[in-house]
Amino acid sequence: MEHMTNIIELRHITKTYEDGFSAVSDLNLEVKKGEFITFLGPSGCGKTTTLRMIAGFDLPTEGEILLNGKPITELPPNKRPINTVFQRYALFPHMNIYENIAFGLRQKKTPENVIAKKVKKVLELVDLEGFERRSIDTLSGGQQQRVAIARAVVNEPQILLLDEPLGALDLKMRKEMQLELKEMHRELGITFIYVTHDQEEALTMSDKIVVMAEGKMQQIGSPEDIYNEPANAFVADFIGDSNIFNGIMTGKLKARFCGGEFVCVDDVEEGTHITAVVRPEDVILTAPEKGRIRGIVTSVIFKGIHYEITVESGKNEIVAQSVNSAAVGERVGVQVEPDNIHIMIAEDHTNIFAAEINKNNELEYNGTVLNVPLTRIIRGSREEDGTLLDASGSEIDLKKIRIKISIKPQDIELTDEQEEGLVQGCISNLIYKGDHYSYVIHTDLEQDFVVDDEYLWNMDDQVGLLMPVEKMVFTVRK
Amino acid sequence: MIKKAWKSIVIILVLAFLYLPILVLAVYSFTDATNIGAIRGFSLHNYVTLFTTPELVRMILGTALLALVSALLATILGTLGSIGAFYSGKGMASAINTMNQVPVVNADVVTGFSICILLVVVFGVSKDTFLPLIIGHVTLCAPFVFLSVVPKLKQMDSSIYEAALDLGATPLTALIKIVIPQIFPGIVSGFALAVTLSLDDYFVATYTKPATFDTISTYVVNATKGAQTTIKTALWALSTVIFLLVVLFTVFMNIRAGKQSGERQGV
Repeated sequence: MEHMTNIIELRHITKTYEDGFSAVSDLNLEVKKGEFITFLGPSGCGKTTTLRMIAGFDLPTEGEILLNGKPITELPPNKRPINTVFQRYALFPHMNIYENIAFGLRQKKTPENVIAKKVKKVLELVDLEGFERRSIDTLSGGQQQRVAIARAVVNEPQILLLDEPLGALDLKMRKEMQLELKEMHRELGITFIYVTHDQEEALTMSDKIVVMAEGKMQQIGSPEDIYNEPANAFVADFIGDSNIFNGIMTGKLKARFCGGEFVCVDDVEEGTHITAVVRPEDVILTAPEKGRIRGIVTSVIFKGIHYEITVESGKNEIVAQSVNSAAVGERVGVQVEPDNIHIMIAEDHTNIFAAEINKNNELEYNGTVLNVPLTRIIRGSREEDGTLLDASGSEIDLKKIRIKISIKPQDIELTDEQEEGLVQGCISNLIYKGDHYSYVIHTDLEQDFVVDDEYLWNMDDQVGLLMPVEKMVFTVRK
Repeated sequence: MIKKAWKSIVIILVLAFLYLPILVLAVYSFTDATNIGAIRGFSLHNYVTLFTTPELVRMILGTALLALVSALLATILGTLGSIGAFYSGKGMASAINTMNQVPVVNADVVTGFSICILLVVVFGVSKDTFLPLIIGHVTLCAPFVFLSVVPKLKQMDSSIYEAALDLGATPLTALIKIVIPQIFPGIVSGFALAVTLSLDDYFVATYTKPATFDTISTYVVNATKGAQTTIKTALWALSTVIFLLVVLFTVFMNIRAGKQSGERQGV
């Protein structure tokens, strides 16, 4: 059962910086010996900070790190049997390849003949035989990466940490290195902890994936689990392309979302707020009368092995993958097999909906211009002569950009003055939550909004939804 | 044509202004003239005086030793300071940088005088211990060393220090074996700058030196006031020797730099 022992454990790890920013909060994690585990998340999610705490470069403000059951929280990096492959390699430019790789062994006072043997062996492992005397600046990026790996591996660490090691390589090189790293992991049998923001890389290489966002662990599981059974809307959205809808259970194995009622296989109590996830490859486009819901095709993009077809139904957008093309403007029906609807109980009922960009480069929803400049939403962009430029100065094609708005239920207000609301609808469900009511409002645009309000409204009341722009969070998708 | 001629004339004039005075001194140092004026004949007696008068030899060696010792101390302090600032938090780093700027801009008179007041008057350190003089020169030079090391640190990949720790090196080993080699060119040029600053200095030395000791600068100023012609003309020889050394040093450095960039292109 040796392979079942935990090599490293993180217990309640929190890292807060002096300015109050929390990079990691209350992270708990166990890594089994010999595993290939990947921290996956967008930049700023705390994955690199976690890795740096395991390496010993950063100290957690709270919590404990155990290596083989012994605390190493305060142990300096040079005393840990852990080696790191850095993002930009961090090779020593004034030493040749032999000296770079020998550096770690020299610190342990290894005899010179042993060093020579080990360096030779590890250079074979990374396919750089005979490169001993070459200097660092004569190597390509991929070769430098191999030296960096060799330099770490030669010390026979118990854990190898890899911080986005393939980020600086081109696509072809990256694919090759992915396979080689995986092969290396199998050959060496040591624990790999890998950090990346590339979901495909994580799915290809890992035994186990830790999805992180905003310093918290969102989900941990095998690549298949993460892909097929995402724990929440964030994971579903981050891993692969997904259609994500807010909805509500309307009966036994029945859920309403996206303006239609669907049969599903997850038994969730009636009246529960849910998030439904449907993968684009599971969306079936049919004739209008055969579909559960109907919509109009708004875009068709050829992707090589399939077409990516976007269908608009009311204000909902559904992305489908199909081997058959469709025509823009065509009316179609949308059907999903019960098996392929993944229902999650919404722990936070954040409303997510798509906004539009009008011809004046303004953000619009339901015909109302939202008072927020695009330059603030798209990071690093600026406006010049009516066109939007990105950080490098090239024009942004606004047709290719989708902007999603998220707003929390408590930030929406209900009003009788329907015209004052950003959107109008009728109350289709209400639950008393102790100190407030949670309402589901089915809008005239066929979307469901969850709103928390302390005042009592009645079922089927027609209301307007007031949504302050400053409470909205915007995300950009290309 | 005329434009071209103008260009050459301007260049010749500039070069003449820069080098003619030194050239005149150099020529006169090889004569037996006692004043700039009539040349009676070629002679090396200025050089003989320069290297045989015990007072002059002591002064030259003393100045050189002072320059080397204070440059060495300033290089150590300046380098450690810049590395410290580089690996500090943002606020700390900018505070250190600003504090380092002040003595660079500050007038030497003020530096010399205030060190004299602090050490000699307030703390009662005797000038004869050389301590005020060395502290004065280190204060003068260290900020410049700091400034010449900083760019090299910025060019360096800052994670190599962490990489060394990660591979099992102690912080000291990582500093000596990894960081210092990366910034060594900056340290060398900082040291060279410190040596010339110390050699050049007049104000700090006058306020802090022991009464019986003279650096070249203070000696020259006093000697030109006096009437000892043999010493005065020997100083022509000294100026010529210093100038020659500087020219040799500069040429050597340029050739080395040229070779290095050539090597890099050759790869």
